[in-house]
Amino acid sequence: MREGGDRSARTGLLKMNFEGQTTDEFIKGLWRDNPVFVQVLGMCPVLAVSNTAWNALAMGLATAFVLLMSNILVSSLRNFIPRQVRIASYILIIATFVTITDYAIQAISVELHKSLGAFISLIVVNCLILSRAEAFASKNGIGRSIMDALGMGVGFTFALLCLGAVREIFGNGSIFGWSMFPDQFQEWIVMILPAGGFFTLALWLLIFNIIKERKAS
Amino acid sequence: MNTEPLWNIFINASLVNNFVLAYFLGICPFLGVSAKVDTSVKMGGAVTFVMVISAMCAYGIHVLLVYLNAPFLQLISYIVVIASTVQLVEMIIKKMSPALFRTLGIFLPLITTNCAILGLALFQTNKGYGIVQSFVYALGAGAGFTLALVLIAGLREQMEFAEVPNTMKGTALTLMIAGILSLSFMGFAGLGMQ
Repeated sequence: MREGGDRSARTGLLKMNFEGQTTDEFIKGLWRDNPVFVQVLGMCPVLAVSNTAWNALAMGLATAFVLLMSNILVSSLRNFIPRQVRIASYILIIATFVTITDYAIQAISVELHKSLGAFISLIVVNCLILSRAEAFASKNGIGRSIMDALGMGVGFTFALLCLGAVREIFGNGSIFGWSMFPDQFQEWIVMILPAGGFFTLALWLLIFNIIKERKAS
Repeated sequence: MNTEPLWNIFINASLVNNFVLAYFLGICPFLGVSAKVDTSVKMGGAVTFVMVISAMCAYGIHVLLVYLNAPFLQLISYIVVIASTVQLVEMIIKKMSPALFRTLGIFLPLITTNCAILGLALFQTNKGYGIVQSFVYALGAGAGFTLALVLIAGLREQMEFAEVPNTMKGTALTLMIAGILSLSFMGFAGLGMQ
């Protein structure tokens, strides 16, 4: 994996520049280690609820909230959780916050809760959250973990919005519910269908690959 | 109480609403393990096994939680059951076939965070399936997952020899294939009887 080595070398370089600063933890989630486009983590909700921009935004924010809270709790309990049962404890912590989020969304908007469906509960099994708990929060202090969670959360929301916006514009002719094109516009139904999710994500990954190659050469 | 015929449940779960290609559940192993047909068949088998056991447990838990009037514990108890089932499967595979254990590697414990399994438990509860219906639903979902995994693995094995631009290689290409596969699975929509 030449690419991986290259990336970690670059990360190391940046770490030196930002020694002792937490801003780097925030920035890395946005772009360099973007959870969706670079790490390809947590794909299920990315593909499933990105059929409109609103759904994508709500899902992104819900995930970011769970990520933030679980990172805080995992990081503050990191010296008390025995190593052997750590994964089980992390999942329990995450499941608790997801239940809270589920009930909160239901209280705020029943309509939104219906359109997101089971995918709010499925935040529990979003690999992104568990991987941040295991790879970052369990080894770092609360402050850095908060920054990490915020960065990853915003990066995740950004990626979801990228997909949601494209799919809504082409599949529905609107953005955030606002109509974009004149009435003659023929919607691309395929974009709303599951297949459209795969195609849109593939296109975004392609764009990212091209940018990466440009930078490398 | 849901009175859907068992055959409909099976066809709906495996083909019409395929968990991977229509619901986007279990994408991580779908992208990660699906490089070889051989491995993906075994992975599919392991996932189906976990699905059936956790679906049965989820049914029991649901009945218990309704009795206790504590629906907010649903998510937490489901995930605990799934995690322990996966642990069990891991131990069985390690004992019976160390070679398979090594091939599946990190993706075996990751079955816990496979959304297809938790999704199955949640869907069956939402649909109000009885215990036999849940069993058939789990079998159908497992068969659909295995089918999608094997199909994509076969396509990817062929792609090894295809001339693809460097930028396309990897996840982007797999997602494109998955999109086309998902389109073709829509042809099964006519099979879905209500």
